[in-house]
Amino acid sequence: MSAIATTARPAAPASALVSVATITARNLRRLVRVPTLIAFATVQPVLFVLLFTYVFGGAIQSPGGSRYIDYLLPGLFVLAIGFGASQTGVAIADDLASGMIDRFRSLPMPSAAVLAGRVAADAVRNLFVVALMIAVASAIGFRFHAGPAAALAAVALAVTVGIAFSWLNLLLGLLVRNPESAGLAGLFPVIILVFTSSAMVPVATMPGWLQAFANVNPVTAFVDALRALCLGGPTAAPVLEALAWIGGLLLATVPAAIRRYRHATA
Amino acid sequence: MTATHQPPKAGGQPAILAQGLSKRFGAAQALDGVDLELATGKVVALLGPNGAGKTTAVRILATLLAPDAGRARVAGFDVVKEAGAVRRLIGLSGQYAAVDAYLTGRENLRMIGRLYGLARHAARRRAEELLERLDLLGAAGRLVGTYSGGMRRRLDVAASLVAAPPVLFLDEPTTGLDPRGRIALWELLGELTAEGTSLLLTTQYMEEADRLADAIVVIDRGRVVAKGTADQLKARVGGDRLELHTLPGGDPSDLARALAGLGSGPPTVDAAAGRVVLPVDDGPALLAELATRLAAFDLRVADLALRRPTLDDVFLALTDHPGSGTTDYAQRNPSAEDGRRALASGSTP
Repeated sequence: MSAIATTARPAAPASALVSVATITARNLRRLVRVPTLIAFATVQPVLFVLLFTYVFGGAIQSPGGSRYIDYLLPGLFVLAIGFGASQTGVAIADDLASGMIDRFRSLPMPSAAVLAGRVAADAVRNLFVVALMIAVASAIGFRFHAGPAAALAAVALAVTVGIAFSWLNLLLGLLVRNPESAGLAGLFPVIILVFTSSAMVPVATMPGWLQAFANVNPVTAFVDALRALCLGGPTAAPVLEALAWIGGLLLATVPAAIRRYRHATA
Repeated sequence: MTATHQPPKAGGQPAILAQGLSKRFGAAQALDGVDLELATGKVVALLGPNGAGKTTAVRILATLLAPDAGRARVAGFDVVKEAGAVRRLIGLSGQYAAVDAYLTGRENLRMIGRLYGLARHAARRRAEELLERLDLLGAAGRLVGTYSGGMRRRLDVAASLVAAPPVLFLDEPTTGLDPRGRIALWELLGELTAEGTSLLLTTQYMEEADRLADAIVVIDRGRVVAKGTADQLKARVGGDRLELHTLPGGDPSDLARALAGLGSGPPTVDAAAGRVVLPVDDGPALLAELATRLAAFDLRVADLALRRPTLDDVFLALTDHPGSGTTDYAQRNPSAEDGRRALASGSTP
């Protein structure tokens, strides 16, 4: 029998790419195995599409005479992705509490790999979530109006918004450390920002003070850009504004999350 | 990290050399100037009560935590400035089994192998080797969430061995293992050290330190209070131990009172266990006097034994705090409080 201590000593540390891919694979496995994560990725987005369409659809007059589902779906992308991202904060806080982060940090791999692998898995999930919502919405009448290229751009933008949300929640999870608190810390801003944005209703129908807030709300920027790509109309300005917000969020969260991770211990 | 393609060499340097390690968390001084040395291929056990600073020491040495003061080198590399090199040479099994409950045992080990830098096929082969060695092959395809505590613990130890690290840190490795699992792990650790692995383990099991460690470092309140081999530590405590157990329902402090002045030191009382332990210099010579005293106080005992000091006795004697004069079970064992109070009130009628 081979000596237990002397076989298999690696010649070189894992590359950044292999590390990120390995962590991504781990998180993708969890996505299809952890019941809460399955629900956040399947039941919830479908419920959002059906409930909002049928409950609010009759009462809300969407601007420009488009069908409410056409108007609504870009907003629901952001809602579903934002809710799902809260689980990312829960997961990292969980890894911290369980000692998993201690183990990862004791390994000779780049410290950002654990976080980047998490974000990459989230992006795959969000791609699935967006596709699922489009499929369900299409079954009840949703159509893209600006052609396939714009439709693909909408999906890509939604996933990019998700990347910013994931980093934000990683930072929150590493800051609050407790899994339950991390979930709440991730959900509250999403709830507040989504419902005070253009996601569900036209900003023009809100009281003036709220309009002022809605107009500077990043979720409004995200939804307006997605909506332009789905419904047609000028896209450059809203998409640039959305990308600027995403860039700002990433600048604010990525270095802070990595720094925090480097000093995190159970 | 620099892309050297030769793993850093561990030879020539002590596996661990730490000087003056200190770490404070808020108001708590977790470590207060700890020195530690481990020669290559040897085993050192950190022994101490909960909160003594054992885990903090392991975290600093495993590069997870920077010390406030002091320096440490593992296999010749500085744990702060050369953390990357240290990480390539260590395996860590922390206090909690850090394995992913939603992966299978096999998937956990393959993942760790890949993260250490093993090629895919090497990671697979290594996972199978370790699953077999840790007696987990039968459960390898099951999600870890379905494992017992002992199985998780073994998987966690397996994960720390994936890269065949020359320096291994195990923080209370046998916590949660049944006696069979504990003995199997001891055998495995014996093999590892025979093959040249240097091992630092923390433990609360005196038997474990006694059996595995070449050197024992007793830590209390962040300071090293004693170090040496198990025999040296036992010799420091000296003499034999006379151990008496009361009849069920009896008060051991009555026994303690009867034994006053008989031994070479004051008796310790463990009310919960109904036990009195008395350090003695010449046990056999005292037995007649002991019988006389028991008769005089009209006391009967369920059990009486004369034995060599165990590491438990050593531990209690060495982690005692200066000035209190006696080894004090009650300090560590709240259930013994009552016995102490009874003894105190009994001595002032």
